Amino acid sequence: MQDGFLTIYWRDMIRFVRFKTLLVSSLLQPALWLAFFGIAMASNFDVMMAGMPVPEGVKAVGYLTFMGCGIIAMTTLFTSLFSGIVILFDKNWGLMREILASPVSRNHIIIGIALSGVTKSFIQAVIIMGFGVLIGAAFFAGFTPVHVLIGIVGVLAFVAMFALGFLFLSAAIAISMESPEGLQGIMTLLTMPIFFASNALYPINNFPEILRVISAYNPMTLLINGIRYFAIGPDFYALGHHYAFTQMDILLSFAGLVVFTAIMFALAWWRFRNAVVT
Amino acid sequence: MGAELGTITGFIEIHPEYSCMAGPVPAGDAPIILVEGLEHIYGDFKAVDGISFSVKKGEIFSFLGPNGAGKSTAINVLITLLNLQKGRAAIAGHDVKTDPQKIRESIGIVFQDITLDRDMTVWEILEFHGRLYRMPLAERRERIEELLQLVQLDAKRNELTKKLSGGMKRRLEIARGLMTRPLVLFLDEPTIGLDPQTRMRMWEYIRGVNREGTTIFLTTHYMDEADQLSDRISIIDHGRIVVTGTPWQLKNTLGQDLIYLETSDNPAARRLLESLPSVREITEKKQGIILMVNEDGTRVLPGIIDTLRENGVAISTINLKKPTMDDVFVFYTGKEIRDEGQQPARGGFLRAARH
Repeated sequence: MQDGFLTIYWRDMIRFVRFKTLLVSSLLQPALWLAFFGIAMASNFDVMMAGMPVPEGVKAVGYLTFMGCGIIAMTTLFTSLFSGIVILFDKNWGLMREILASPVSRNHIIIGIALSGVTKSFIQAVIIMGFGVLIGAAFFAGFTPVHVLIGIVGVLAFVAMFALGFLFLSAAIAISMESPEGLQGIMTLLTMPIFFASNALYPINNFPEILRVISAYNPMTLLINGIRYFAIGPDFYALGHHYAFTQMDILLSFAGLVVFTAIMFALAWWRFRNAVVT
Repeated sequence: MGAELGTITGFIEIHPEYSCMAGPVPAGDAPIILVEGLEHIYGDFKAVDGISFSVKKGEIFSFLGPNGAGKSTAINVLITLLNLQKGRAAIAGHDVKTDPQKIRESIGIVFQDITLDRDMTVWEILEFHGRLYRMPLAERRERIEELLQLVQLDAKRNELTKKLSGGMKRRLEIARGLMTRPLVLFLDEPTIGLDPQTRMRMWEYIRGVNREGTTIFLTTHYMDEADQLSDRISIIDHGRIVVTGTPWQLKNTLGQDLIYLETSDNPAARRLLESLPSVREITEKKQGIILMVNEDGTRVLPGIIDTLRENGVAISTINLKKPTMDDVFVFYTGKEIRDEGQQPARGGFLRAARH
């Protein structure tokens, strides 16, 4: 079966569009983060940072732009992790049986679900970038049109790889669990450290050593490095810290995400292969 | 008792010791479903305890048994949703254990619970299923139209499934099971929770599908459903097949008629009547006795009354009827079907007599 995953994808997208409240809230939530948390924090931080000297020749970016990149990552994390709940509902309502009893291979089921998850994250990322620019975030500021295009493709490539990793993780946990409440608990437990032990809202350089190391290898940080590189630039100054990424840094970040996602795929594949759903 | 009856009727497979031997394979074509010594254990509960049976191509075969008898477990092993633990099972020559993919391609399934996505339309449900089974576009679209006509859901094609009635949902699921023109259609309790009219219509659909050549494997705990629909029935209880035969054969093992008597001295009546040539077997119940007779009961009855009168046994109640599937079930399992909250199936003669 060569196109089984497209069938799964098609169905998932139908449902994404049809769950109107879920659709709207998933798009509105990140915008609200940007509008309230972003603007509130930016108005404070930008005043505090105003007096600090910016190194010669380095672009200074405001807090809204800085954390806007983090919000893209946060939305991707939430959407991907919680996508597993849909799998669990499918399982508990018996919808999964039709699929598991069909000739579609289990790999295709995983890939189909993953692709639809990535599509959802793309839609959200694009909306946040657009909305961010609208309320004053300096995404792609001073880029040529070609650069903007490369920037968007780069951001989406990072978002895709990261989303895949957490989709697989979420699917693996969901297929192994019985109750949505338990799943919700695990997901909430996971999101906290992943989100806060990252550079989404603040630089990690002044963290205590252990937390700094954990944060540096957090897939979330790797993703945000990529987003900032492509949306802001390789060299900028924000929150009192000079960010300078070489191409090698970014390649390594991406490679880190690839490794993470590969491990998560293996985990999901193993859980699905052993899945018994009746 | 069982073995004895088996020799009387000659063509019924009775499993008195619940042996692991395969039942006799029906003559003619090779069986489309062949199961030998199937066992399935959940923890320390043996849900399926060594069953063997075969299903001929083109027949409607039923598992009749109470809830929890192991019917769904057996079906789930056959449709490859549960791993085969012990025994052997093959569908259309493909082994369940080694060739699950081939089996998935050749069967259709209607699950016990409704498994329709509430937020998809009738048409999308069928389209999705056709795509899952890799049907080519043109064939898929044509088949959807055919099936929408067959189950009379044409007017509802763009309706979300959550807006359908229970009967419509069931019909849609049957249509979905038929999308791929499967060799065997598995129906797990197809009419559970439906009103009598809808059930009868559902039976008509199922018969129609069978006439087109699809083998039907059905589980049910409704006596009348098994009786009306099936070519052959296996009565299943506590994970074992108790008896297999056509509805007619099964009912015939209880004789042509059943006569229920309450007398002043039941043991004496039993002794007296046992020697009559027309009486096949007598079962003693709490208040009376049940005679299975080989001849037309209305002709046997005067002789019985005379015999008892002559020997001073007074009769207080007489009842005469044709055996129903209900009686067959009680006869072989020794109990009525457990059916929580449902009306008892009508005409439970042997059962009524037990109280």
